[in-house]
Amino acid sequence: MKKKYTFAILALVFLGMLTASILYLIYGDIAVLNSKGIIAHQERDLMILSTALMLIVVIPVFILGILFVWKYRSQNKKGKYDAEWDRSTVAEAIWWGIPFLIVSVLAVIIWKSSHSLDPYKPLGEGQPLKIQVVALQWKWLFIYPEQKIATVNVVQFPEKTPIHFELTSDAPMNSFWIPQLSGQIFAMSGMTTQLHLMADGIGDYRGSSANISGTGFAGMTFTAESRSQSDFDHWVDKARQSSKSLYLESYKQLAKPSENDPISFYKLTDDELFHWIVMKYMMPCEVDSCSEN
Amino acid sequence: MFGKLTAHAFKHDALQTGAGVSMVLGALFIAGLLTYHKRWKWLWSEWITSLDPKKIGVMYIIVTFVMLLKGISDAILMRLQQMVAVDGAGGFLTSDHYQQIFTAHGATMIFFVGMGVVFGMMNLIIPLQIGARDVAYPFLNSIGFWLFTSAAVLLLVSLVIGDFNATGWLAYTPLSGLEFNPGEGVDYWIWILQIAGVGSLISGINFLVTIVRMRCPGMTFFKMPLFTWSALGTLILIIFAFPILTATLGLLSLDRYLEMRLFTSGFGGNQMMYINLIWAWGHPEVYILVLPAFGIFSEVVATFSEKRLFGYVSMVWAIIAITFFSFIVWLHHFFTMGASPKVNAFFGIMTMFIAVPTGVKVFNWLFTMCKGRIHFATPMLWFLGFLATFSIGGMAGVLMSLPPVDFQVHNSLFLVAHFHSVIIGGVLFGFFSGATYWFPKITGFKLNEKLGRYAFWCWLIGFLTAFLPLYILGLMGATRRLDHYEIATGWHPLFTIAAVGAAIISCGIAFQILQIIVSIKQRHQNRDTTGDPWNGRTLEWSTSSPPPFYNFAILPHVAERDPFWAMKQKGEKRQPKEYKPIHMPKNSSIGFFIGLFSLIFGFAITWHMMALAAIGILGVIVSLICRISEKETDYYVPVSEIAQIEKKQ
Repeated sequence: MKKKYTFAILALVFLGMLTASILYLIYGDIAVLNSKGIIAHQERDLMILSTALMLIVVIPVFILGILFVWKYRSQNKKGKYDAEWDRSTVAEAIWWGIPFLIVSVLAVIIWKSSHSLDPYKPLGEGQPLKIQVVALQWKWLFIYPEQKIATVNVVQFPEKTPIHFELTSDAPMNSFWIPQLSGQIFAMSGMTTQLHLMADGIGDYRGSSANISGTGFAGMTFTAESRSQSDFDHWVDKARQSSKSLYLESYKQLAKPSENDPISFYKLTDDELFHWIVMKYMMPCEVDSCSEN
Repeated sequence: MFGKLTAHAFKHDALQTGAGVSMVLGALFIAGLLTYHKRWKWLWSEWITSLDPKKIGVMYIIVTFVMLLKGISDAILMRLQQMVAVDGAGGFLTSDHYQQIFTAHGATMIFFVGMGVVFGMMNLIIPLQIGARDVAYPFLNSIGFWLFTSAAVLLLVSLVIGDFNATGWLAYTPLSGLEFNPGEGVDYWIWILQIAGVGSLISGINFLVTIVRMRCPGMTFFKMPLFTWSALGTLILIIFAFPILTATLGLLSLDRYLEMRLFTSGFGGNQMMYINLIWAWGHPEVYILVLPAFGIFSEVVATFSEKRLFGYVSMVWAIIAITFFSFIVWLHHFFTMGASPKVNAFFGIMTMFIAVPTGVKVFNWLFTMCKGRIHFATPMLWFLGFLATFSIGGMAGVLMSLPPVDFQVHNSLFLVAHFHSVIIGGVLFGFFSGATYWFPKITGFKLNEKLGRYAFWCWLIGFLTAFLPLYILGLMGATRRLDHYEIATGWHPLFTIAAVGAAIISCGIAFQILQIIVSIKQRHQNRDTTGDPWNGRTLEWSTSSPPPFYNFAILPHVAERDPFWAMKQKGEKRQPKEYKPIHMPKNSSIGFFIGLFSLIFGFAITWHMMALAAIGILGVIVSLICRISEKETDYYVPVSEIAQIEKKQ
């Protein structure tokens, strides 16, 4: 009798915790689930869909596990015992077959979603806003080539507008991630990667580097601000009036390692800067460690 | 003469000094104990120079356990740091020290706990299970073990002298290149892995040949026990994967020692190439660790259900499929590197297909229990714990094989939670299960059941408390390897829960240590006199506990899959009519010296002491020449001695 109670209590505790976790996942502020951009929405939906498909296999595993353990425990004399029963073609066909089918369905989903959610794929018809991103030690530099401004550790863009990030690094490998807006992509030196995203509405979203890049890595966070078009234009104007301007020499100062840098704004006076940052690794003597330098 | 080694290398903060001092004191204490009991000679002739795989296996497990304690101390420090380092409070570790700790944690757990468990278990059980008296190359086995141990020692040395790698356990380039990390940390890491990796390759070859060539008469491939099958899969992976690691580390050291710039940002180096290469080894490595655990569980679930393993042939094909597929999925570790959707999709689909054979194994285990008589001894509890944690971890794994989902969880704590679910739930629980199961076979007495249960429940509950919050944290945007974060993220409560989980796991470890001490004290009550304490099924239970050094006086002949079970069913007994002299290897100290010289080499080259490094290399070569020149490396155990040993049992 006593054992049965313990079992019931354990089961209740377990169910309680499960419910609490599910409620927390739904109502808590979980960035990836509480998505705010069209890419992140689709990634979240994909996550939920594939979890549901997998539960078709995993739930039976838990149920059968509990059932068998209970029924065939050695203390239970009612459980049928058959020491020699070790094969069943039908049963084995089922558990090779059903997971295979589910995985095949998922394979189709993978193929399609890898293409539709390819970070390199431009969003929609409209002209995207182009933002160039440079991962530095240990801060993020955002260059707006069309607006002729640059910012550090803050990026702003208008809502409901496709954004095209072009990323590189002038530092060790980093990964650029704004969980509420889209998945991440590596930023690597001497080359560029692309990321497209679009925010639903107005808001501030946390972004960070997801790949270890040295001592200041944990502080490499930034804010992604989604604003109305007019607020954004106003913000651009303000940035343009910044006393600091960004060109090759001031960039070299900025690129020196530093940690927990404050937000700052620059007017961009060198159009070729981003190109130079990418290409400098093709020009040996621009790299700091070059002996001829 | 001292290369880059200066007095500065010995300067550390209080915490590091404390760890180093306690380690040195611990070593001195053991040395003192050995001297006091006059056991040095015994240690040398019975253990250090032994070529008996059972003894080498025990030494593997001891080294593994020491390294497990080190790895767990690292983990506790990380959990504490992440619990306190919110906003202005920087925590008690500097960024650099924190990064060294998580790098050391990963390297320790994979190379010295995971691999130690794999080879420890193989040494202890494979020869017994295939009805062999020894391994194919007992001397290679000893070299493998001593290389493993000297690499472990080098890792501990890095605690006291200089700094360790701070770039993550796989040391991605260009961060691990000279430009960003000119110090000794990455070099330590390179040579530790290099030495351990060569050791693994050597042991891998030895066991592969053992399984292929030394099975007892009648044991065809499809009559091999599943632990041996899973070991075979692992060994094939080791032989194909470890050379990639050796080559990759070799290339990285060319970058670091000769400035060849293979993986640097500029000068035509290709940082992405390194990441491809390291994961071409790294992904098979995951299966190298987990396959033997699958094998252990297959043995445990059949024994404790008193029933044949369900779907043996399916199980074998599942192992073969996993072995094959694990070589064509490595790219899923960096879907976020910007490959084309077709490349990502291919590797995603391949990854997902691995879930099928793994799922098949789970169902076969479940149906082994069906119509069985299940005994809930501790090995079985570990198995059930594994089923739960592994299902959760496996599901998270399949989820991450979808590239667009991976974009959202890559390098986040969700990923950390995933691989801890499968490595703790799979590898570690598998090891605990197997260690409890085979403990009486190796030592002759059982482990204390009650303390074993306490340890299990602490581990299981601790594991869930420590890692379920990490899944959620990952989805909240918490990346791995953060030494501090802002309070506004809302992560602090979950990090605190995770720290509590680490504390519960520590209780589990404490119970395990207590369990070993208590069991040794009570060994006379728990003695296993039959050689078959669990009503076993496979050959290792047919010999005495502990087995004589030659394992079997008469080599068994096998006609079916669970030969010992069948023998018991038929009421047969193996009655030896007459003994024949047994061919055995003599002890050799050369493996130990090769390990020692490798350690000297590894330390010297880390610190750029080229003369000493040359001495190390020369020492290894001379040792090998000595071994080759030895004339009598083997002997025959005379019939009279065998009869005497057998009579005692």
